[in-house]
Amino acid sequence: MADQSAGDLILRQITKSYETFTAVDNIDLVIPRGSFFALLGPSGCGKTTTLRMVAGLEQPTAGTISIGERDITSTKAYQRNVNTVFQNYALFPHLDILDNVAFGLRQRKVKDWKAKAMEALELVELTQVARKKPTQLSGGMQQRVALARAVVNRPDVLLLDEPLGALDLKLRRQMQIELKRIQQEVGLTFVHVTHDQEEAMTMADTIAVMNGGRLQQVGDPGTLYEKPESTFAANFLGQSNLLAATVKGVVDDIAQLNVHGTEMTVPADLLPEGATEIWLGIRPEKVRIIGGVAGSESESLNTLSGKVTDVSFLGVATQYLVATSWGRELTVVQQNDGAPRAVLGSNVRLAWLPANCFALDASQDADAGADIGEDA
Amino acid sequence: MAVNTLAGAPLAPQPAQPGEGKRPRRRGAYVPYLLLLPGMLWLVVFFLVPMLSLASQSLQTGDVDNGYTLTFNFATYSDALGTYWPQLLRSLIYAGTATVATLALGFPLAWFIAHRSGRYKNFLLVLVIAPFFTSFLIRTLAWQTILGDSGLLAQFTAFTHTDFLLSGFKSVLHAVGLISNDQLLFSPFAVICGLTYNFLPFMVLPLYANLERLDQRLVEAAGDLYASPVQAFRRVIWPLSLPGVVAGTLLTFIPATGDYINSVLLGSTQTTMIGQVIDAQFLRVLDYPTAAALSFILLLLIVAFVVTYVRRAGTEELV
Repeated sequence: MADQSAGDLILRQITKSYETFTAVDNIDLVIPRGSFFALLGPSGCGKTTTLRMVAGLEQPTAGTISIGERDITSTKAYQRNVNTVFQNYALFPHLDILDNVAFGLRQRKVKDWKAKAMEALELVELTQVARKKPTQLSGGMQQRVALARAVVNRPDVLLLDEPLGALDLKLRRQMQIELKRIQQEVGLTFVHVTHDQEEAMTMADTIAVMNGGRLQQVGDPGTLYEKPESTFAANFLGQSNLLAATVKGVVDDIAQLNVHGTEMTVPADLLPEGATEIWLGIRPEKVRIIGGVAGSESESLNTLSGKVTDVSFLGVATQYLVATSWGRELTVVQQNDGAPRAVLGSNVRLAWLPANCFALDASQDADAGADIGEDA
Repeated sequence: MAVNTLAGAPLAPQPAQPGEGKRPRRRGAYVPYLLLLPGMLWLVVFFLVPMLSLASQSLQTGDVDNGYTLTFNFATYSDALGTYWPQLLRSLIYAGTATVATLALGFPLAWFIAHRSGRYKNFLLVLVIAPFFTSFLIRTLAWQTILGDSGLLAQFTAFTHTDFLLSGFKSVLHAVGLISNDQLLFSPFAVICGLTYNFLPFMVLPLYANLERLDQRLVEAAGDLYASPVQAFRRVIWPLSLPGVVAGTLLTFIPATGDYINSVLLGSTQTTMIGQVIDAQFLRVLDYPTAAALSFILLLLIVAFVVTYVRRAGTEELV
């Protein structure tokens, strides 16, 4: 079942320009066959345009698209062995569910289309509504029909254009797991376009972060989260605290930093090439609140004192805003593990392991990608 | 607590008022009927009564000078049908051909206006109905100047040295029997041209209304599922546009069948349509029963056609 796809999806120097702007700017991407790949970015970043070019619904201005050895750049959508799950599902309202799912099979004159379509409906657990019309189904069911309609053709690449965007949060979580299961079961290459970083991280093996028509970073969710390579990636995937720091020197592979007068360290291999002015980044959950007294902590930690300006109880965790002496507010998230919580207005010390940091070139905007990650 | 009560009050189940249990008497329940009344009256006075009078007329015997008496003379129907079936059949054929022609011309036009015209959409829609600003009669007469022997078409082909195209076209028309000699005017061809032209807006507007609602992404989805443009049209666009096609063909076919202006102005004695016969029987021959019977036959034919047509198109499934 798994071994029908023809090969990797390869985009080479793909550009899509319109009269007034460039939607996709010189993208190079190799999406390995059988992988669950996410294109992640805010709305207008070019991810959907990229997807539509792979589907054949848009023609690239420059560059080539190939699947394995085959260059498909100039083929029409209906000639490509690529199927799409559209954002609004685009189910045919005049056909019942079975005929919707069988559409591609019958188009290609597959003999046992009925059995195959029923099999696909079984996969999404919808055999009982085979003879209903799309309008009689709920949004979540329509979504699964759209998925079955695409999967049933066993395409080389299956494209998903924000497929869960119209579902409510609970259903979305359920479908994320469902999608992942189906992808593993059928073993097809899934390319999933989304603006929801949590969705991308939950499902994808590999995520490509896009912004302004360009690729920012490509990697597995863990690497992207722990070691982002740009302030955009750092802010767009989860929350980040970015502190302006100056590199004073490197001793024994440990870089010595000055952060607004406070001494800190970071492993030297994390430093961007040749940078002396950097953003020192630390994720909120990596920061510990260690009480009000200075000097009691271990030498190897980076520490900072500040004042609690906001406390939000989130259930599994508590989120604090802690203002530093120079006025920057750091976000700190502490597990609700029973330890006493810090009080609003109290002075605290924050500590974190240097190895949990990441360092970015200071020439970038510290706020790039912030405030656009959540439900755009 | 006070705030809670205030906010919660509208959501809480209302306790039943005493005396309300039997039948809720809504004030103003008669208003819809009152609003319907003028329309109903209009229909009774100007549709139902004349219909009954026409039905009665068709079953009467007598003449204008001596008056008519209701004798339930159904022979009028069989006589009328026996005498005038060629004109009836011709009307159905001309109207049918014109309807197919308006559909062939109107579908691409409606599609273009709905999905490709951008900011010119409203302007183009106005252009579609623009002919209505001129009288029906004038517009039909205009076709005489287009199709006449030395009309605009002949002048144009002479000017551009494409006469051979025109004569080629004429021989095709001659071969299929749409013209009987070298003349374009005063032929079935001219009548069908006039009908097509005059009824085109009635095809384009309902089609436009339907096609505009047709989600372009469904066409993309069909393409994504291996349907070529032609297959996408056949399997997605056409079935989804059927309600518009049905509405457009009804609005074209029904009035075109009873039309006689086009035949009078653009046709000949060989193109007489049933409308002309009815007109002559009422106003010149003064044979009222035959005229009334023919009117009823036409009405029944059209009703029968509409019923079978709408059934076959299955519009009720297509909402």
